[in-house]
Amino acid sequence: MIRLDKVTKLYKGGHEALREVSLDINPGEMIFLTGHSGAGKSTILKLLALVERPTRGQLLVDGRNVGRMPAREIPAYRRQVGMVFQDHKLLDDRSAFDNVALPLVIAGLTRREIGKRVHAALDQVGLLAKERHAPHTLSAGEQQRVGIARAVVARPRLLIADEPTGNLDGDLSLEIMQLFRRFNEVGVTMVIATHDLALAGRINGRHVVLGQGEIRSDEAAVAAPGPAPRALGQ
Amino acid sequence: MAALLTRHVQNALAALGQLSRQPVATLLTVGVIAIALALPASLQLLVQGGQRMAGSWADIRDFSVYLKPGTSLGVARDLARTLAEHKGVQETRVIEADAALAEFGRDPAFGDALKALRQNPLPHTLVVRPDPEAAPAELDALKAELGARPEVDLVQLDTQWLARLAAILDVLRRGIWIAAVLLVAAVVFIVGNTIRLDIQNRRQEIEVSKLLGATDAFVRRPFLYIGFWYGALGGALALLLVVAGLLLLRGPLARLLQLYGTDFSGFGVTPGTALAVLGAGLVCGCAGAWLAVGRHLSAIEPRV
Ligand SMILES: Nc1ncnc2c1ncn2[C@@H]1O[C@H](COP(=O)(O)OP(=O)(O)O)[C@@H](O)[C@H]1O
Ligand SMILES: [Mg+2]
Repeated sequence: MIRLDKVTKLYKGGHEALREVSLDINPGEMIFLTGHSGAGKSTILKLLALVERPTRGQLLVDGRNVGRMPAREIPAYRRQVGMVFQDHKLLDDRSAFDNVALPLVIAGLTRREIGKRVHAALDQVGLLAKERHAPHTLSAGEQQRVGIARAVVARPRLLIADEPTGNLDGDLSLEIMQLFRRFNEVGVTMVIATHDLALAGRINGRHVVLGQGEIRSDEAAVAAPGPAPRALGQ
Repeated sequence: MAALLTRHVQNALAALGQLSRQPVATLLTVGVIAIALALPASLQLLVQGGQRMAGSWADIRDFSVYLKPGTSLGVARDLARTLAEHKGVQETRVIEADAALAEFGRDPAFGDALKALRQNPLPHTLVVRPDPEAAPAELDALKAELGARPEVDLVQLDTQWLARLAAILDVLRRGIWIAAVLLVAAVVFIVGNTIRLDIQNRRQEIEVSKLLGATDAFVRRPFLYIGFWYGALGGALALLLVVAGLLLLRGPLARLLQLYGTDFSGFGVTPGTALAVLGAGLVCGCAGAWLAVGRHLSAIEPRV
């Protein structure tokens, strides 16, 4: 579905964040991008969201090199990608409902359809009862769940999450990861970047380890509660 | 098509809703726009009033054409008829020498002196009224032409004060145009600046929307509608200010016009003026929004 083919990313100033990274993302996969801070995890996600463009190499989606996609086509592309952020990026001047509804409003759905889908998404993250709440009145875990509902509500082909548990403590983090797992089980392809190796190790999925802008290892992990995967051991 | 229309209506209402959530700020902006639009409109009305008064002095523009002594009444009447057909002339009238003398005779200062005369010294006189639209230069040309006629002795018209009045009105009219252009530009800048601040305040919303796949058109639309409403409300309030001002002036203005032998009929805010004020408001509002959006919105790209 998505292929990074020898992708190199140089940021302005010449810093090489990715060096000839090749990665295949297959439909229905759940990929954990791990690695030390500065390894290039966020850069890969930014490329997938077309917030950044590859300096060299190709980013192929369904065989098309979207790395060179004209700017006016980017909005339609992004509507097929759900995004979850560490700081969740919810808008504080509107309710949880309205936050989750935003992708559907952008997509131009009818009010009826929006209502149905938003309620379904909020129900899936267990926050139906709090649809009228403003984000700042919710707990950190609840805020992130609203963020996840917003990311899945438009039924994207791909969901990307950058340090989605970065602001949460242990139990809440696990809860969020299990929530992702459930969405993945119903078919959403996912790429989740996290530096929390222990947490990633507890969830079954494909674990891709980055270091210094290169892929260090790329293998499927064994489902928890089995032993931690070798690649994540150190 | 219907869906698109529905969405535009929703956008327009949402923008109105957003403005109503900050009533003080909105009222201030709308008020400034209204004053800027009401100024040229009311100056225009004042000049219109001035022109009306100037119009009521039309008889002062009449030429007195003194015919050569000895010209017969028949010739005078023929000449009056001929001139009445002349281009640039509205009407003519003959004042017979005897009638003029009788008029003088009623004045005690001349009465006795005239009785001493054996013969009427006055010539027949024509009063020539030029077209009310005639410009001072045209009046001068007409005067020269009348003076060149063999039967005519002397043509009298003090055009100088008329030229002055026309010049003053011209200056005023042009001044109003300049003021209008400047104030309209000011309105565009006011709306543009207000929307620039609005864009800054909603930066996060814009970034998030772009991340979620919003097109530029989608992001732009609320701001354009806000500009539209500023313009529409500003124009409407401007009209209200002009009408209110006119109502306050109505009493004294009516007396003034009456003194100059004219009245209110046809004077005031015509549908044309009203449309111009509302239209100017709308155009300025939309233009200001368009400029701000074009300059400041494209600069916002989402960062993750
Ligand atoms: N916008 C940027 N401009 C310049 N350098 C950047 C930018 N974003 C990231 N980098 C650099 O690229 C490298 C990889 O960053 P990132 O992908 O954010 O790593 P990670 O998410 O794994 O911590 C880091 O060295 C970082 O400093
Ligand atoms: Mg990162």
